[in-house]
Amino acid sequence: MELFDYSLFVSAIRMVSPILLAALGGALCARVGIFNVGLEGLILAGAFSAIVGNHFTENIFLALLTAVAVSVLVSLLFGYATIHLKSNPIVAGIAINFLMLGLTTFALRAIFDVKGAYYNKDMSGLPKVDIPFVEDIPVVGQLISGHSPLVYTAFLAAILLYVFFYRTVTGFRVLAVGKNEAAARSLGLKVTTIQYGAIIMSGVLCGLAGAQLSLGQVTMFTEGMTAGRGFIALVAMMLGQSHPIGIAGSSLLFGLMDALSIRLQGFSMPTQFTAMLPYVITIIAMFFLKDRGSDSLAGQHTSR
Amino acid sequence: MAHRLEMRNMTKRYGEFTANDNICISLDQGEVLAIVGENGAGKTTLMRMLYGLEQPSSGEIILNGKKVSFSGPQEAISRGIGMVHQHFMLFYDFTVAENIVIGHEPKKYGFFRRKAADEAVQKLAEQFKIGVNTAKKAGDCSIGEQQRIEILKVLYQGADIIILDEPTAVLTPFEVDGLLKTIRFLADQGKSIILITHKLREVMKVADRVTVLRNGKVTGSVHTSETNADKLAQLMVGRQLQKLNERDSISGDILLEAKGITIGQKGEKPELDRVSLTVRHGEILGVAGVSGNGQSQLIQAITGLRAVQEGSVRLKGQDLTEENVLARRKAGISHIPEDRYLWGAAKDATVEETALMGSQRNPKYSEKSFIRKASFRTRVKDWISRFEIKTSSLQEKAGNLSGGNLQKLIVARELDFHAPLLIAAEPTRGVDIGAMEYIHEALLEKRNSGDGILLISSELSEILALSDKIAVMYEGRIAGILDRSEATEETLSVLMAGGKQHDATAKTS
Ligand SMILES: Nc1ncnc2c1ncn2[C@@H]1O[C@H](COP(=O)(O)OP(=O)(O)OP(=O)(O)O)[C@@H](O)[C@H]1O
Ligand SMILES: [Mg+2]
Repeated sequence: MELFDYSLFVSAIRMVSPILLAALGGALCARVGIFNVGLEGLILAGAFSAIVGNHFTENIFLALLTAVAVSVLVSLLFGYATIHLKSNPIVAGIAINFLMLGLTTFALRAIFDVKGAYYNKDMSGLPKVDIPFVEDIPVVGQLISGHSPLVYTAFLAAILLYVFFYRTVTGFRVLAVGKNEAAARSLGLKVTTIQYGAIIMSGVLCGLAGAQLSLGQVTMFTEGMTAGRGFIALVAMMLGQSHPIGIAGSSLLFGLMDALSIRLQGFSMPTQFTAMLPYVITIIAMFFLKDRGSDSLAGQHTSR
Repeated sequence: MAHRLEMRNMTKRYGEFTANDNICISLDQGEVLAIVGENGAGKTTLMRMLYGLEQPSSGEIILNGKKVSFSGPQEAISRGIGMVHQHFMLFYDFTVAENIVIGHEPKKYGFFRRKAADEAVQKLAEQFKIGVNTAKKAGDCSIGEQQRIEILKVLYQGADIIILDEPTAVLTPFEVDGLLKTIRFLADQGKSIILITHKLREVMKVADRVTVLRNGKVTGSVHTSETNADKLAQLMVGRQLQKLNERDSISGDILLEAKGITIGQKGEKPELDRVSLTVRHGEILGVAGVSGNGQSQLIQAITGLRAVQEGSVRLKGQDLTEENVLARRKAGISHIPEDRYLWGAAKDATVEETALMGSQRNPKYSEKSFIRKASFRTRVKDWISRFEIKTSSLQEKAGNLSGGNLQKLIVARELDFHAPLLIAAEPTRGVDIGAMEYIHEALLEKRNSGDGILLISSELSEILALSDKIAVMYEGRIAGILDRSEATEETLSVLMAGGKQHDATAKTS
């Protein structure tokens, strides 16, 4: 087995989608001036409820819907805390993360009566989409075709979000809220509605991210299976300066690291070591973030 | 005939405190109404109610004969009321055109038609003779331009009634003239304008009528044709204003010596170019200049907020060039900052905390790392009574003080450090004429006691009234330093516009 080959990039693209989806959700929040640290918890909620939905309805579409619905509910909790109760978004976000870690672990035992992980070979995961013609092209076909629909959704979402931000009126107003909330309010823009909208959309995106985790490759849920992806998504968001295309790029980098860390395990590297890789890259990325991240972090203009 | 706008018996209470008490005003088409009054008189509050930002406790607003109530600015805007805030409400990363159309963007299927926006703004600017560059980023615009953006914005929103809250406080004299012309032009086009200002000269120049507020009540309403600036001043502060007395030069040893200060990125035009100046004991050195010509950088270089590339700063012979802000303050510099919200106060802190800033390590007010507020309070209360700072309590949020009252609090704080050198940047920005007189006297008293003051102001009259020597800044350089006796508004204006010193003195002498 080689270190770098097609299949590495194929799995990288697969790994990208949860990070990219969640990072886009985070960017939406950042753009309205809310730093959403709760991405991790939102993804976890989505991953778990996707399995629950799948188990009870035996319908992949309904499973996705469940994941989205639950994530949105959780994100509304976050929104209520930060927007209505004006609590610190970092604190609220961390609370959401721990809440979801505990809640999914608890529900795993309560619903499936198992500890640690739930796996059922009869459950069907997300289908693979073979793109006609494209799949026959050598190399490119292998890379692009044959992924779960959520992989394509993720990249599509990045493009749509770009168009939304920079071409539509609503997107323009979303940006305005993040840049100067007081000014947006004085113009009579519906700041609160816009902020809730962004948070709900981040719930939708994180729900999909979670579903990709639990239904995309293997059909199973393990406790804390997000393993910090929500935080990596946050870094991807900052590295991409909350710009959808930038985020797609940085997410690809992190997806590649994710895939590489798994690949390295095949080279008899200890898992504990390879699992560090994405985080090492994250720390290195931080150096480049030094003064770039801050802009998207608060989403607010600081000067004057 | 019915008035275009009437506000009847408007009252606004914040808890116990009554900010507006039964205020009545009226406004006709094509009329310019000035509202004047001391700091904290309730001018901004009244306008915020008209614009839907605050709900009146009681009273009614009648617009074109119909009673209306606004739950938010959106409703006020849709009824043709626009407001240019005391602090601009701009998006600095957006273009001028984007800033103007926001909220009413031209669109097609939900897509923002930026080109159409640009054209619409250009047309509007031509129609009302207000010059702007639509493609520029708002953050790159000068203060004057930013204000024009704000005015165009309300015009774009279709406002018939335009509220301007202290629009001239931050403008240069030249820009003020431009604004006053615009106001007159708009009124001639049938717009109605409410102008809040502390500058009576402006009132006399553009307003048709003046309403004077004091302590939340109307104390008078007169036609400008039937009054003059002195009478107005008396209505405002309830007493006659005094002229500053002439004084002798008493300047002593060198206190502050700045030599060849240069700030700027390599390869670019420096923001501050080899600026040298000295302030002596018992001297007020005024720095005049159109804002944006390096004054801010000069202040930051001397106070230590920004590192200098070249040059040195010495206080009483001690080299401070490498020292930080705290060390410089300790060495004997206090500083009234030009932007009270950015450098001078924390909006969410209380009045007391704002007052304490800078004294927290003073052994008189702290003990073993604990702050002793009780002993500090008497001092703050003294400031509040001397400077007539209006606040409901010491626990009030600093951000809730009216603009002028917060300014007074900061001035009081910085004066009370009794530092040998005071850097006073726009010390009377936004304060009423009574308080201005008091602050001017306090500054002179400080000078007479032998301290030095570096006074930076965009108000020429302030510079001329207070300074012993006047330095004029132009494009990051000192264009000339004049003695009090040779400086007049004309000589200074020439230098401020980039003229040479001998031209300036030759032309006018
Ligand atoms: N949100 C608030 N809560 C409590 N008090 C307030 C609030 N807003 C304003 N005030 C008080 O109401 C009074 C009137 O304030 P306002 O801002 O209307 O004064 P102003 O006439 O505009 O003064 P200035 O000339 O200094 O701008 C002030 O004493 C201020 O402290
Ligand atoms: Mg005011």
